[in-house]
Amino acid sequence: MSLFRTASRQLAPSRQPFVRAGAGAVAQWNRGYATEKKVGGFGGQKQANGKYLVSLIEGDGIGPEISQSVKDIYAAADVPIDWEPIDVTPVLVEGKTAIPQPAIDSIKRNLVALKGPLATPIGKGHVSLNLTLRRTFNLFANVRPCKSIVGYKTAYDGVDTVLIRENTEGEYSGIEHHVVDGVVQSIKLITREASERVLKYAFQYAEAIGKKKVRVVHKATIMKQSDGLFLELGQRMAPQFPGIEFDYELLDNTCLNMVTDPTPYNDKVLVMPNLYGDILSDMCAGLIGGLGLTPSGNIGDECSIFEAVHGSAPDIAGKALANPTALLFSSIMMLQHMGLNEHASRIQKATFDTLAEGKYLTGDLGGKAKTHEYAGAIIDKL
Amino acid sequence: MISRRALQTALRSGVRPQSAGVATPAVALRSYATFPTTVGEDLLKPTKYGGKYVVTLIPGDGIGSETAEAVRTVFKADNVPVEFEQIDVSGLEEGKKNADVLFKECIASLKRNKVGLKGIVYTPVDRTGHASFNVALRQELDIYASVVLIKNIPGLQTRHQNVDFCLIRENTEGEYSGLEHQSVPGVVESLKIITRAKSERIARFAFNFAKANDRKKVTVIHKANIMKLGDGLFRSTFQRVAEEYPSLITNDLIVDNASMQAVSKPQQFDVLVMPNLYGGILSNIGAGLVGGPGVVPGCNMGREHAVFEPGCRHVGLNIKGQNRANPTAMLLSGAMMLKHLGLDQHAGRISQAVYNVIAEGKVKTHDMHGTNTTDEFTAEVLRKMDELA
Repeated sequence: MSLFRTASRQLAPSRQPFVRAGAGAVAQWNRGYATEKKVGGFGGQKQANGKYLVSLIEGDGIGPEISQSVKDIYAAADVPIDWEPIDVTPVLVEGKTAIPQPAIDSIKRNLVALKGPLATPIGKGHVSLNLTLRRTFNLFANVRPCKSIVGYKTAYDGVDTVLIRENTEGEYSGIEHHVVDGVVQSIKLITREASERVLKYAFQYAEAIGKKKVRVVHKATIMKQSDGLFLELGQRMAPQFPGIEFDYELLDNTCLNMVTDPTPYNDKVLVMPNLYGDILSDMCAGLIGGLGLTPSGNIGDECSIFEAVHGSAPDIAGKALANPTALLFSSIMMLQHMGLNEHASRIQKATFDTLAEGKYLTGDLGGKAKTHEYAGAIIDKL
Repeated sequence: MISRRALQTALRSGVRPQSAGVATPAVALRSYATFPTTVGEDLLKPTKYGGKYVVTLIPGDGIGSETAEAVRTVFKADNVPVEFEQIDVSGLEEGKKNADVLFKECIASLKRNKVGLKGIVYTPVDRTGHASFNVALRQELDIYASVVLIKNIPGLQTRHQNVDFCLIRENTEGEYSGLEHQSVPGVVESLKIITRAKSERIARFAFNFAKANDRKKVTVIHKANIMKLGDGLFRSTFQRVAEEYPSLITNDLIVDNASMQAVSKPQQFDVLVMPNLYGGILSNIGAGLVGGPGVVPGCNMGREHAVFEPGCRHVGLNIKGQNRANPTAMLLSGAMMLKHLGLDQHAGRISQAVYNVIAEGKVKTHDMHGTNTTDEFTAEVLRKMDELA
């Protein structure tokens, strides 16, 4: 399991804006992300003390507790990481939701962050913080591995697939308007630039984690132009990765087949536009036992943020009942992204073993252990 | 099974003008003003010639001809007073020559007969290929409500037990508007259209359906946290209409959460109502829960027309012509159609026979992990019908 050993900041596509004017379609096919060597790689450097600095957003509700577990486990595993805690409580800048400047500076400097759950402030006019983060750092790909946990029984066994979701446009473009009263148009935006970037990342990710196949999930029978473009770009890109088998599947079939039997997807990385990815990644989380067990990574051109996608559970905050697994797994993805694969494997194994053993499970998994007892059991396994 | 009366009740009130108490803008009112204030039974009366109903049969592509043949065989054996007007429209290349002509014929036939039974017509993925006939047909006839029953069938083992919910899907707008354009090369926009009138119509259909079928809870599925205007309109319309149905429990669920709940705790669902695309996704997840597209029946209801088709719309090109398809979905859709025509005895006998075959578990098609052919399954249904008669 190795992810992007080479630094690739100099190749960051934001420095090569896609030129829309002028040239006809054919000439433009050869430009942009399709020709990039790497997208979304990690380019961070160690500090003088030999450790990486990572921004840590502890989050709300149960966030601080589960973050503490991660910090404890990392300290015990001697991971070369120093945490830089940052506060992302939103501020309004010229009427728009924004993240405080020190937090932005920290993430831009460290290029990588780990994030606990955030409660979106209630009240009108606030864009969700997740969306704000995504926009601020141009996090174009959402990576959601789904792997069954031995020791936690669900209706499905042996799930081990990865979904990659385009994260910046599609159905979530945010472009909507009333045409006349009672008639709304919402625009699904698919661009070559964003599609190529996420497709490229999917192929690279498949190579890095040793999956043999990349599959595009689409609905091009109905949305011939938008999903058609996404699919076509995937087909065009496939020859650049001769070691990876490429194919595509209609969204309907993916939904049906995954629910019937998810194991044929174990050798695949699935890549898809925004909405389908949103729905399918949560559905896959459902297959393995819910959001408390699923990690997630948001990959950007330069910065990447790894996060637990579950809620902040204010009802159990401060009671040491929370399950830190999702955040811990997300942090393991982060280690892989940073090329710290040995530490990643060690912590992953200890966690899987603890879960499989089943002696120290938190309440949501049917156990009685406190958050710190579960973390302690993982530390013992290290 | 949905009773004919129940569906008609749902439909009748589905087009009722908005009650005067609710303040709605003039535009929305005007569209309703053109509808009659009461819809008589006669609107839904299908054509009957010489004691027989004439029904349009569109086998479609893939496994369609085999499953349609199963329906023909079973109907004939039970002396069902239905005469089929079969139209072999195809979305495949070889059928392309006169596909448009045949498609127009389909529409004309359905407009005449008011009732149809249909397999799925193939839609090419190719960007230059034709648009979906299935979608065009639904839009042309304005069969706006897709009803899909997701229910465990006794005898068919699946991962989840006690699943029993019903999907009501808006069938004529949303993501399937077919409106797309390329602003400049490499930038494509697809339009999702949500209207108050159609949102209200489908919400009302769902509530009436729930009441008529003794269901307790109606859930609206949406993504209004992101698509604030489009799905927001769908949800707020649902909530407004819900006030007129105080006896029903209503709630809302975001589509990604609904999908997650569907694979972990599907027993919590009762009636779900949603825009077009989410219906496609959830009907497939639902079908996966109860045994696949081969066993899920469905129908598309409009004010004047009703077209019955397998609820989880799969063409089955990969097993075409191999005598492997499971005809259950098509047979049960056919039985639903007979109920709609008021032929309750025939409907009851046929669906019971199908359920008995599955419950006994001796004859199973490939999707049920068996080795029997479509013909063998159909023959077994005939035997069970004899026992019932």
